[in-house]
Amino acid sequence: MKHVLKLFSLLVVISALWIGLLQASIIPRTHTWLLPIYFIVSLGCYGLLMVGVGLMRFPTCPQEALLLQKDIAEAKDFLKKKGVDVGSD
Amino acid sequence: MDAAKNKYSIIVPTYNERLNIALIVYLIFKHLRDVDFEIIVVDDGSPDGTQEVVKHLQRLYGEDRILLRPRAKKLGLGTAYIHGLKHVSGNFVVIMDADLSHHPKYLPSFIKKQLETGASIVTGTRYVTGGGVHGWNLMRKLTSRGANVLAQTLLWPGVSDLTGSFRLYKKSVLEDVISSCVSKGYVFQMEMIVRASRKGYHIEEVPITFVDRVFGSSKLGGSEIVEYLKGLIYLMITT
Repeated sequence: MKHVLKLFSLLVVISALWIGLLQASIIPRTHTWLLPIYFIVSLGCYGLLMVGVGLMRFPTCPQEALLLQKDIAEAKDFLKKKGVDVGSD
Repeated sequence: MDAAKNKYSIIVPTYNERLNIALIVYLIFKHLRDVDFEIIVVDDGSPDGTQEVVKHLQRLYGEDRILLRPRAKKLGLGTAYIHGLKHVSGNFVVIMDADLSHHPKYLPSFIKKQLETGASIVTGTRYVTGGGVHGWNLMRKLTSRGANVLAQTLLWPGVSDLTGSFRLYKKSVLEDVISSCVSKGYVFQMEMIVRASRKGYHIEEVPITFVDRVFGSSKLGGSEIVEYLKGLIYLMITT
C-alpha cells in the first residue's frame, strides 16, 4: 500500500473514532467538536518541540575538522613522495 | 556468510575532484588494510585533470584495485551509480562522496555492522550520538532538523538520516532498489532508502561525522526547499 494511503486510512480511523464520540456523548458535545483542532494544534506543537529539541541536541564534531586536516596533511605527504600531484586545487 | 570471501566495491562519483580523489584513495587504503576491496571512480569528464590523477593512482596502487570508469559529461548521481554498478566485482557496494565530507575511517564500522547483523543496507547517520556535523551554521542546522522532522512525520522512513549518501549495500539489493528510483540529487538518496525500507530490506545505521567544507559556497535557498517538499510529496504518493 502506498504510504499516502496508509496515512489516509489512519485519518479515516481517527475520524471514525471522533464521529463515534460525537454520537455516544461520553464527552460533552462542545468539547468533542473541538477535538480535531486540539489534535492538529498538538501535532504542530509536537513537531515544533521535536525541531527545537533536535536543534539543541544537534550533534557537532569540531574536533573532526582538525582530525581531517591532519589526515589531509598525512595523505599529501605520502602522495607527494610517490609523485602524485597534490598541488592546491 | 564467510567474512573472508567478501569483496567491497566502493563507487566514488567525481567531478573536478583532482586533489580530493587522491586524498580519499590514500585514506581508503589506510583504513581497509585487511579487506578485499576495489575503488570504482566514475568521473564525469572533469576538466581539471581528475582522470590523470586517477591514472597515476592506478599505477601506484594497481589497476585491479582502482578502476577508472569515466563518462563523457556530467550526467547525475543516480546514473553514476548505475554506471559504476556495471563494473562491480564485489558482493558489497559502498557509495560515498569524493569531497572528503565522508571519511573513509568509518568504512570498517560499516563492514563490521553488516557482518554483525547481516543487514542488507548499512547507512551512515549524522544525527545520532557518536555522529555529527561540522561546518553548519544555526540556520542550516535548523533547516536540516525541520526537514528531518517533516520527513519522519510524513514518511515513517525507518532511518534517522534520509539524505545521507554514505552507505553500504549488498550488491543485489542496490541493483534492486536503484532500478525503481527516478529522482535526482539528494531526493534520489531519500528515494533509495525509503524504497528499500518499503521493500522490507534490513537496514542498520552507524554514526558518522560529516565535515562540510563546501557549505559556504552552496546555498540552501527557496528553490531547494521547494524541491525538497515536492520530493516528500512524491515519495508519499509513490512508495
